[in-house]
Amino acid sequence: MSEVLGRLFTFSGIGELLGLPFVQNALIACAVLGLVAGSLTPLIVSRGMAFAVHGTAELAFTGGAAALLIGVGVEIGAVVGAVVAGLVFGLLGLRQRERDSVIGVVLAFGLGLGVLLLALYSGRASNKFGLLTGSIVSVDSTNLTVLAIVAVLVMGTLAVLYRPLLFASADPDVALARGVPVRFLSLVFAVLIGLTTALAVPIVGAVLVLSVMIAPGAAAARVTANPLLATVLAVLFAELALVGGTVMSLAPGLPVSGYVATIAFLCYVGCRVVARLRGRRVAAA
Amino acid sequence: MTIPRTTAPAVSRPIAAPAVSMRSARVTFGRRTLWDGLDLDIEPGEFVAVLGPNGSGKTTLVRVLLGLLPLSAGEVRIGGKPPRRGSPSIGYVPQQKALDPDLPLRGRDLVGLGLDGHRLGIGLRSRRARRERVDRALEAVGGTAYSGAPVGRLSGGEQQRLRVAQALVGDPHVLLCDEPLLSLDLSHQRTVTRLIDERRRTAGTAVLFVTHEINPVLPLVDRVLYLVDGRFRIGPPSEVMTSEVLSELYRTRVDVVQVRGRLVVVGAEEHAEHCREEESA
Repeated sequence: MSEVLGRLFTFSGIGELLGLPFVQNALIACAVLGLVAGSLTPLIVSRGMAFAVHGTAELAFTGGAAALLIGVGVEIGAVVGAVVAGLVFGLLGLRQRERDSVIGVVLAFGLGLGVLLLALYSGRASNKFGLLTGSIVSVDSTNLTVLAIVAVLVMGTLAVLYRPLLFASADPDVALARGVPVRFLSLVFAVLIGLTTALAVPIVGAVLVLSVMIAPGAAAARVTANPLLATVLAVLFAELALVGGTVMSLAPGLPVSGYVATIAFLCYVGCRVVARLRGRRVAAA
Repeated sequence: MTIPRTTAPAVSRPIAAPAVSMRSARVTFGRRTLWDGLDLDIEPGEFVAVLGPNGSGKTTLVRVLLGLLPLSAGEVRIGGKPPRRGSPSIGYVPQQKALDPDLPLRGRDLVGLGLDGHRLGIGLRSRRARRERVDRALEAVGGTAYSGAPVGRLSGGEQQRLRVAQALVGDPHVLLCDEPLLSLDLSHQRTVTRLIDERRRTAGTAVLFVTHEINPVLPLVDRVLYLVDGRFRIGPPSEVMTSEVLSELYRTRVDVVQVRGRLVVVGAEEHAEHCREEESA
């Protein structure tokens, strides 16, 4: 037992590890991803799109698997897969209930196709596993370039469209009445989710994308209803999970996603506890 | 704060043109004509209730005035100009709808979105002026106390107060209300109608109030627009809400009776039933 714990929480040789170029690349990638994903999460939570994000992640996995097979960059395949998924979800089902079943159908198909593509791929096995559970070794300088471009694109779009997006997400009926192009924005937002998911898949893996794309926003929403403060908190939680998780995973040499998911989960639990305690104090006052 | 009604409109809005003006307005969907030849002028400060069975085009009228739907024929003007999406001269109060209790949005954010939610950018400039306007709108509806609470956790009545503030924060000339009293209890219905009435008296805001129930607003209504199957009648409640007029509109026997100051319409429900059967057939 203590042996396992010792293996999980070790920092031996961490200084040396932090000096390695691939580790530094990974940390930069995580920091950028934390900023982008953290900024989007409160809106994702407002729109109730957790399942859509999950579906998008699985399609990013399919795209990545296809890219492996035909020998182009995994991240390019992931971006294509995720954006196509975002557009499909945005176009097909705008009503919540319909959207759920559309996502379920497309997700299952995408995952199955991805498994098939991976089985046909004869390269290194760690590449295959990395798509599902993430790996920081996969982040190299090309990844960083793609990451930077996509991050600038997403953050730029968000900066321009933030207010109408918030309006359309939180209060769609009145937003529509006020002339906000709600349908168009839901498509734009689906593409933003697709792009960000594609960035997250190589790092945390398709299965665990929700730990950076939902958990930080859900945690923040527990402790504040102020949309800007929620965004700041969500970015903080996302950074804590991603950068903290990466650092903790270094010395043990274990998958980064486990650490990221755990920290994100603890942030969420912590926020729930804070909200509960606060509620009690208000009730007592 | 009640200012005598006779002095109010002249003080605040020196516009000669009617707040809303429609001429020979027609809306058709495919082969179906919703209404045709609609002439309607709403003066500043006037309260017009729009009544009629489901599917008679009440909400469509609101959509036309919001600039979301063009007329098939005729002309419509808001303050002398064609309607346009996101126009600051229009405020919109929707019906109360359950919001997710975990929605990360405070009461004051909801009101603020009514002011500039349709604009691009994050909205970091001129935050103080914005806050002052939002604070004033909140105060006017008595919503200051819960303006920091998550909107999804407020009661339906509190939410509708915020909706009124959200609609009025931009100082519109015209207030469009689409069933804002639905699913509210009686005391909250009274509060919401009182707030709307106060506003039109003090600021001369014209009110177009879509409702299926005239009684909660009956004392405030200047004129009624009653729509049934493309036929309509406009006039003061005493002229429109009569057995004779409604029987003509519904083309069946309808009785309007006064019971303890309330108007009860008997016979119109059968028309609705009949329509539903036709639709499902």
